[in-house]
Amino acid sequence: MSGVRVLVGTRKGAFILTSDEKREQWDVNGPLFAGWEIYHMAGSSADSNRLYASQSNGWFGQLMQRSDDGGKTWEPVGNEFLYDGTPGTHQWFDGTQHPWEFKRVWHLEPSPSDPDTVYAGVEDAALFCSRDGGQTWQELPGLRDAKGELWQPGAGGMCLHTIILDPGNPDRIYVAISAAGAFRSDDGGATWRPINQGLISPFELPDATAEVGHCVHNLAMHPTKPGVLFMQKHWDVMRSDNAGDTWYEVSGNLPSDFGFPISVHAHEPETIYVVPIKSDSEHYPPEGKLRVYRSRSGGNEWEALTNGLPQSDCYVNVLRDAMAVDTLASCGIYFGTTGGQVYVSADSGDNWKAIVRDLPAVLSVEVQTLP
Amino acid sequence: MIRVALPYHLRNLAQIDKEVTLQLEAPVTQRAIIDELEATYPMLRGTIRDHNTQQRRAFIRFFACGEDWSHVSADAPLPEPIASGTEPFRIIGALAGG
Repeated sequence: MSGVRVLVGTRKGAFILTSDEKREQWDVNGPLFAGWEIYHMAGSSADSNRLYASQSNGWFGQLMQRSDDGGKTWEPVGNEFLYDGTPGTHQWFDGTQHPWEFKRVWHLEPSPSDPDTVYAGVEDAALFCSRDGGQTWQELPGLRDAKGELWQPGAGGMCLHTIILDPGNPDRIYVAISAAGAFRSDDGGATWRPINQGLISPFELPDATAEVGHCVHNLAMHPTKPGVLFMQKHWDVMRSDNAGDTWYEVSGNLPSDFGFPISVHAHEPETIYVVPIKSDSEHYPPEGKLRVYRSRSGGNEWEALTNGLPQSDCYVNVLRDAMAVDTLASCGIYFGTTGGQVYVSADSGDNWKAIVRDLPAVLSVEVQTLP
Repeated sequence: MIRVALPYHLRNLAQIDKEVTLQLEAPVTQRAIIDELEATYPMLRGTIRDHNTQQRRAFIRFFACGEDWSHVSADAPLPEPIASGTEPFRIIGALAGG
């Protein structure tokens, strides 16, 4: 019988939620790594039992954990993230130059073909890769050559938070960084170029159409349409039909085009999901109503999905890595909130229910579809 | 025999219940203790001192015989009760955070 395994990272530990394909009854396992911040957990699509977790806190720094049995047991692996060569400087909040300093791993992206290969997006923004199951990590320094001296931290830090590996072209990698923008490599990560043409950031940047500096919050791609990208920017929901060469806005009738996560339906490449947030000053849903918005037209025309979600007095946020989709026949959508709820819809967003309601603040949600 | 007391999260990480005991030749210094601690428990590497700088992490303090040794040279010999194992060398996490 098929099922799902939901990997939830929170401010105070990790939780693994499992169910069968009905997604009605859930087992909750956790907290794992109790008391630690788990920015992200991810499973290998080449071996569903291979999981990776980013574990950190302000006292003891960064740890990396690996499981080879689907999360039943874990072992610490390599946690040494050394920038390649002399890392140089980037812009600080006040516009002065500031040395690159490793702080934490925000996002893990396992290779679709090799369970021992996994990419890590870190703060201060850089991309690392391990090819030995997380034991050792090497930077792909070409990324910081893409005008890294002009990158500047956003309020959450200068983090590389999104990594997308093109499933049909192992040489093509996309990343996104706050507040630097989106970047693409066409040679397996050796060299990179900014892909921010069409982004307009008049409230954040002195030059609203600058080549780098845009506060990109999240990217999404459907594996059957790898040239089509969707972006939740600080403000604006954007779309590219040419692998990020140019972007255009698809915010359409959203009540607010500020938000953090964006996801694509598993079986409908033009069906996308966002969670509008009131503004960059007020990080909660407009009108206290928690609404996922779905577009079945690849943007511009959006419908509110509310059935089962709180429609009054709700002031939680949904962070950029806290939404995911499964690949079951009836596509499941999942998201977690800063209030500790994890919601599931087993019918593409039409109906929602809470799997759990009282976890620590949710930082990330990933889902594995199990055979 | 040197005794080392670790904070809660690092005991969990190293899967130890109480104090750590280490065998060290004289002179017993903070650097020698942490070198041996990391060699015996590799999962602790990077959690007490930064990988890059080898400096004590900001929210960590080192105590010996009730005295704060955090700002004393890592190569200074520790007091005799630490070297003899009468007193534990204490690695402490700051009482901060939510």
